This record gives sequence, structure tokens and C-alpha cells, in this order.
Amino acid sequence: MTTPTPRRLRRPDWLPAAAFWTVFGLLALLFVAPLGWLLLASVKTSAEFAQTPPTLLPSSPSLENYRRLLDAGLARNVLNSALVTLGTVVAASVVSVLAGYGFARFRFRFRGVLFLIVLSTLMIPFQSIVPSLYVILDDLNLTNSLAGLVLVYTVFAIPFGIFTMRAAFAAVPAAVEEAAIVDGAGPFATLRRVLLPIVAPGVATVALYAFFTAWNEFLAALIFTTRQEQYTLPVVLANLQSGAGGTLNWGVLETGAVVSAVPCVVIFLILQRYYVAGLTGGAVKE
Amino acid sequence: MTSAAPARSRRHRRGPMARRQRLGLLFVAPAVLLVLGMFILPVIVTGVMSFYDWSLLGQRRFVGLANYERLAHDTSFRDSLGFTTVYTVIATAALLVVGMVLASAVRHRRRGVGLLRTAYVVPVVIGFATASYVTLWLLDDRIGIIPDLLRRLGVVDGPVSVFSSFPSALAVVVVLVVWKTVGLTMLLLMTGMQAISKDYYEAAQVDGASRLRTYFKITLPLLRPTIGLVLILTVIGSYLAFDQFFILTQGGPDNSTIPVVYLIYRAGFIDFNLGYSAAMSIALMVILLILTSIQLLLTRTREEA
Repeated sequence: MTTPTPRRLRRPDWLPAAAFWTVFGLLALLFVAPLGWLLLASVKTSAEFAQTPPTLLPSSPSLENYRRLLDAGLARNVLNSALVTLGTVVAASVVSVLAGYGFARFRFRFRGVLFLIVLSTLMIPFQSIVPSLYVILDDLNLTNSLAGLVLVYTVFAIPFGIFTMRAAFAAVPAAVEEAAIVDGAGPFATLRRVLLPIVAPGVATVALYAFFTAWNEFLAALIFTTRQEQYTLPVVLANLQSGAGGTLNWGVLETGAVVSAVPCVVIFLILQRYYVAGLTGGAVKE
Repeated sequence: MTSAAPARSRRHRRGPMARRQRLGLLFVAPAVLLVLGMFILPVIVTGVMSFYDWSLLGQRRFVGLANYERLAHDTSFRDSLGFTTVYTVIATAALLVVGMVLASAVRHRRRGVGLLRTAYVVPVVIGFATASYVTLWLLDDRIGIIPDLLRRLGVVDGPVSVFSSFPSALAVVVVLVVWKTVGLTMLLLMTGMQAISKDYYEAAQVDGASRLRTYFKITLPLLRPTIGLVLILTVIGSYLAFDQFFILTQGGPDNSTIPVVYLIYRAGFIDFNLGYSAAMSIALMVILLILTSIQLLLTRTREEA
């Protein structure tokens, strides 16, 4: 490989672009196709959904599957998911902002140790503490409760959140803050009125991360809730799939999958800038 | 917030930032208490539980190392660990290769490339459970579009049941995992690639190096820290797989696709034996800590070399 390669014959300008788009454009279609196909199928009638072989397009679009989903009592579970997610987003954002501010801007005793404790949670997966987490939640009467799930998901989300917010606060020039302090603003007022608008993109990242965590989480929800009224969407669908007490209704199951996927996709499409920046922000420091 | 006014003169004397430092403890307190109570404490309790015969329904009895002795001789745990390792190796390799290809494709600015990036990342934000239900439907022998397509194309004849053989069940899960998470791998690698200084590439161009050579001599070596990070993330993520196996393969065929987390779940919440479940958890923790340390050491020494 030491001899320089001779210049190749000139290819037409459009050829590489066409080849690129054929390969990677088709691949991109393949990535979104399952979700698009699912969305289309969800408006088939239940009969058409269960038809062999499957039809390409819904022959008479109807919202029957969505109505059946409501009839099966799943509105309750959608609401559970929404409440748990909202609670987690708020709690994780508030806790992460406060801690990020504290760790970035204040010197206090045990600061290093406390930060290390928070970071250590990134080294140990929550999946390996579910047995004891269950016992502790049970002692606190927080199993079978949405509040319990919010508590757990908040703890899942804050290590990333604190990391992100600490970096966001550290990037704000000290002069900005000092000016506010000299003007007589207390630390909370400084945080709320002066700093928060500046670190808002970081808060968006943390909120999005918390959203996707809480909305999609399965294992903890499966273990910490045992009554259908408390199930979140992924768990109630798993129950539907195992067909407890009846046959599997594909239309309802997959429409449930649409309901759990759509909010994530829509929110991602609107706010992807923050999500992508947050995920890749800490990745490349070297 | 006018309450801060009386302290003003003192603050001026010692500099505006100095006096408020103890307040920091107040700001970090909620986070620290949450982590201590809902994470550090459970880790300790898991350790304690692993020395007990601890039934989910209340009885508990100290049994010393009995759970660990059982673990050492438990063939299903050994099989599960072996399967999880095989799955981790395959999934990690697949994610890294596909991720590199995609990252190389979308790293440069060009018209429409943002659309491609978005398309590849969309599956990252939906849940694993949700993605699994979709897969289940797409692959259903009776109503799924993929078996139907395969039959129409003449690839197969007759019924398609991907979850009845180990290789095809594993292949389905790996494809699902790549589809669902490679967008994140791609983003990380792409960001790493963009952080490499353009000077290297210009120098290579001046020297007349081929694209392939540039890739192997410049891009890959300088990307090592990022690749190391991606490896740690994917290896840990794969060792903790649960949703896709619980929903898609349900451990089958013949208990050949049972990841360790599934076993932890089953011991604790199907067999109601929390003590044994905790012992497996501790084993998993130790394995992951060792793996992470090895990977950190490897990437560090390579950087220094």
C-alpha cells in the first residue's frame, strides 16, 4: 500500500450522489417503514388487520381499533403512562437543575464525594437492584402506585440530568452571575431569572431524556405494579399479548404500540436538536 | 428574594461569591438524598438479601453463602450467562459495524443528509417493548408482512416460525436491536469523527493517500476513545437486555434465549425467591464492573501508547 494509487478515470458527477442516495436513502426508508406501516395498519378494521395474507393499504380506514382500545379500558393505562411521565419529567428536571447548579457553582464540604455518589449510579445498572428496590418500595407502600414509579424513574434519570446540567452551568461565564448578585439577587432569584434562560437548552435535553425513560420503561413497571389499573402502557400491552383470559387481538395490541410510539416520535421530531446535542455532548471530550 | 439584602455588606467584603458556598449543599441535597435512598441503599440491601433465604411473601432466614453456592452449581445460570455473552458479542459487533457505516455516510454536510440522520435516529426514541410488539406483528406467520413477502418472493415455502429455532430467534433480536439502537451508535461515532482535525485529512490528501488508507490510518486510530465509549455502552446495554427477550422469544426455544436479567426477574418475581434473585444480581453487578474496568483500562493504555 505504499505506492500512490493512480488517478481513476473521471466518473460523471451525479453517479456517486445517485449511488449514495440509492443505498442510504433506501436504508432510511427501511428504518421508518415499520412505524409507517404500523400507523397505516392501525386504521384497518379488526377483521382486515387479522386477514391472511395482509393487505397493503387499509381498504376502508376506520378508527375501530382505537375504539376497541378504549373499550378494553386502556385509556386508564395511557393516562397512567402520561402521569408517570409528566411527574418524572418535572421531578427529574427540577432535581437536576438544582444539583447541577450546586455542583457547578458552589464550593462546599464533601462536594467531591457527593458528586462521586451520584456518578456511581452510572456504573451500577438499576436492573441489578430490582429485588431490593421492590422490597424498599413495598415497605414505603409505594408498590402499585404511580408515585412509586415516578420516584424510581426520577432516580434513573437524574445522573444523566445532573451531569448535563452541571456542564451547562459551568459553561455560563461567572460574570453573568456576579452581576446579578451584586444587584442584590439571592441565589434562587439568580438561578430562576438569570441563569435558567441561559441553560434552557440543557433543561430541554434533561426533560427529553426523562420523558423517553419514563414513557418507555418496562422492567420496573412490570415488577412494581401488579394490578391492571396501575399498569403503564408497555406493561398492559405485554399482558394483552400473553392473552390472559382471551385470544390475542392484534388490532388492539398494535394500535397500543402506535399510541406508545407516536408521542415519542413527534416530540423527537420537534425537539431533536436538543436531544441529539445532549446525547453527543459529553461523548467527545478528548 | 429580598431576604438576602441584610447580608450584603459582609458579602461585599469577602467577595460576592464567597459567603454563599454552603448553600450549595442545599441545592444538591434532593438529588443526593434520592440517590442515597433509592440507589445506594438498594445496592446495600441487595448485598444483604443475597445472604438470606428471602421469600417475596415475607419469610427470611440467614443462610450465609448458600445462595452463592447454589449459583455456582446452577446450570441454568451458567447457560444464561453464556447466552448473554454470545448475544452481547454479536449485538456489539453488529452495532459497531453498522454504526460506523452509517456514521461515515452522514458525517459530511450535504443536501438532505439531515433527513437520513433523523430517519436512522427515530427508532432510538421508541421503547424496546413497543418495538418488540411491532416486530412480533411484522413476523407473525399468519398475518405478518415479512413471512408473506418471503413466500411471495419464493424464498420460503410454507409456514415461517422464526422463534422456533435458536439461530433465527437470535437473528431477529439482533436485527431488532440494531434497528432500534444503531442511531445512537451512529450519532456518537459521527460526533467523534467530526472532532478529528481537518489538518490530518489535508495532510493525507497532499501525500496522495487513498480513501481506504486514510480511513484506516487516520479515522480509526483517532476515533479510538469514541469507539471505546460506544463499546462500553453497547456491552453494558446488551448484558442488561430484557424487554425484547421477554416479549419476543419468551426465553425459547427450549430456554435457549434467557438473558441474565430475565433469570433475576424469574427467580424473584415468579419463583418468589428474592434472596437467590439478589445473589444473581450481585454476580451481574460484579461481572459488569469487571468488564467496564477492563474496557476503561484498555482504552486508556492505548491512548497513552
